Amino acid sequence: MTKGKSKWLLSGPFLVWTAAFIIIPLAIIVYYGLTTAEGSFTLANIAEIGRPENIKALLLALLLSLVSTVICLLMAYPLAMTLCSLKFNANGLIVMIFIVPMWMNFLLRTLAWQTLLEKTGVINMILEALHLPTLNIINTPYAIVLGMVYNFLPFMLLPIYNSLIKIDKNVVNAARDLGANSFQTFWHITFPLSLPGVISGITMVFVPSLTTFVISDLLGGAKILLIGNVIEQKFKQGNNWNVGSGLSLVLMVFILISMAIMHKYDKDGEGVTL
Amino acid sequence: MKKRNLLILAGVIPAMLLTGCGGGGSEKTADAGQVIVYNWGEYLDPETLDMFTEETGIEVVYEEFETNEIMYPKIETGAVAYDVVCPSDYMIQKMIQNDLLAEINFDNVPNIKNIGEEYMKSSREFDPENKYSVPYCWGTVGILYNKTMVDEPVTSWDILWDEKYKDNILMQDSVRDALGIALKRLGYSLNTTSEDEIAEAADTLIEQKPLVQAYVIDQVRDKMIGDEAALGVIYSGEAIYTQRENENLEYVIPEEGSNIWIDSWVIPKNAKNKENAEAFINFMCEPEIALMNFDYITYSTPNTAARELIEDEDIRNSTIAFPPASELERCETFQYLGDEVDNIYNEYWNKVKSS
Repeated sequence: MTKGKSKWLLSGPFLVWTAAFIIIPLAIIVYYGLTTAEGSFTLANIAEIGRPENIKALLLALLLSLVSTVICLLMAYPLAMTLCSLKFNANGLIVMIFIVPMWMNFLLRTLAWQTLLEKTGVINMILEALHLPTLNIINTPYAIVLGMVYNFLPFMLLPIYNSLIKIDKNVVNAARDLGANSFQTFWHITFPLSLPGVISGITMVFVPSLTTFVISDLLGGAKILLIGNVIEQKFKQGNNWNVGSGLSLVLMVFILISMAIMHKYDKDGEGVTL
Repeated sequence: MKKRNLLILAGVIPAMLLTGCGGGGSEKTADAGQVIVYNWGEYLDPETLDMFTEETGIEVVYEEFETNEIMYPKIETGAVAYDVVCPSDYMIQKMIQNDLLAEINFDNVPNIKNIGEEYMKSSREFDPENKYSVPYCWGTVGILYNKTMVDEPVTSWDILWDEKYKDNILMQDSVRDALGIALKRLGYSLNTTSEDEIAEAADTLIEQKPLVQAYVIDQVRDKMIGDEAALGVIYSGEAIYTQRENENLEYVIPEEGSNIWIDSWVIPKNAKNKENAEAFINFMCEPEIALMNFDYITYSTPNTAARELIEDEDIRNSTIAFPPASELERCETFQYLGDEVDNIYNEYWNKVKSS
């Protein structure tokens, strides 16, 4: 057997998987998105995005996921640096604090936030007992951002931590030897070297935030429609798979654009891999 | 009519387990075959399923859905060949029109005699010859309110538009129910096909939106029990349950009228075990079984024989479970209005939701 043949053979299972569960479903979405219920070609499903209510849902989704991504980044980066500077190996700690909670179902954790944030919820009961003003963010965009940050923070932290821990300490020490202060060291050495992790983290938070419909449904009281909710409604309530697919295609374009922008900054091409 | 989201997930897993067990069942089970049931979430006492299997040897595969609209495409595409389904009135009408249902052989369902004549009569609105459906539960849509949080008597839908209760109102997150309320409040039929009337109703819902705490389906129940809101739109069947848990709650059908609905057992055309399906429906119509289900889910039963068996006099004569005819006169059943009108409803509901 030639070398080339065995290579194909080894990747066979993956290729079958990709075809069956990624390429074919994607093709079906494209087919539905570009046809009418009767099966003739149309661009009307794509044009649905032009309706004011759909534009609004898309813009709101972009805004909220952008805010969540920024908050995740601002929280995760310093935390990752702290974890890297610990004297002992922080892997165990990270697993304990960030991975174990993720073993619990995502829906349950989001529902738990609902119970925490409710008007008569746990947080407000504690605040009331302490005679502090109550927190009324449930069913507002703030609660949705909170839900996104809570659910996706580990996806920002882990890649950043991984890229920071891999930085050769000698590089940092050399910079300090040559007279760079700690800010200069960070800005010119540490940060550029951790960029692949940052890029990967941003993608992994931004994309799921942009497409989520569960978080906005549960924490937004179904009052705030993101583009994900609109698509879900088209499929489930409206039983209109064509428009739902058309809108999904539009959303996919936005995701591809954001990934292309990310890729441009990711010179080493190491990002978007975890 | 519509219960918790998560139970769908919870329902799928046991259903899968049951299917998985099919091969290893006892001799008796294998002979009698199975029946695949597709019902609303938490809409039956699970013990009755075991009793059915014990009595007939027929194995039950049980799955649950959350709304009529989610159920419909699965039946239409025939992705799974369900044997018994429990949709609501207007959806049964749509299924009959689209030729998705099989006629029930009533020789196999002698217990139909236990179903009150008045319910068979109302069924004729969507199943004109009583050929396709057997009533299972019925009820109304109304306002559940907390007596300690609402000062005035609740008589009209108008209270859901009262600024005083800002952030204290729970609305139904479903097209026909939400728009139906707005239409009734304006004095229109909740089966209107006039786009102007639908648009007007949608406008009032948009006006109401800042006052609404959340649009929910199943969570109305838990939120009202937990004092989260003062007023909530709810199905009458949930009302008795919530009152058991929180005695400050009261249910009312507003004077403008409301929706009255019936959920009935039907057999899809592509059912593989039609006779087992009929046996299952017959079993569900037995007074003792209907009573068990009533006690468990507290939705009004059309089974008059079962109602007579209810021990608690307050419940037997409850005006929530069995409202007097005078109240029901003001109520309308939903009709299937055709795909085109359905789309108009959906479009305006989307406008409300995204406003």
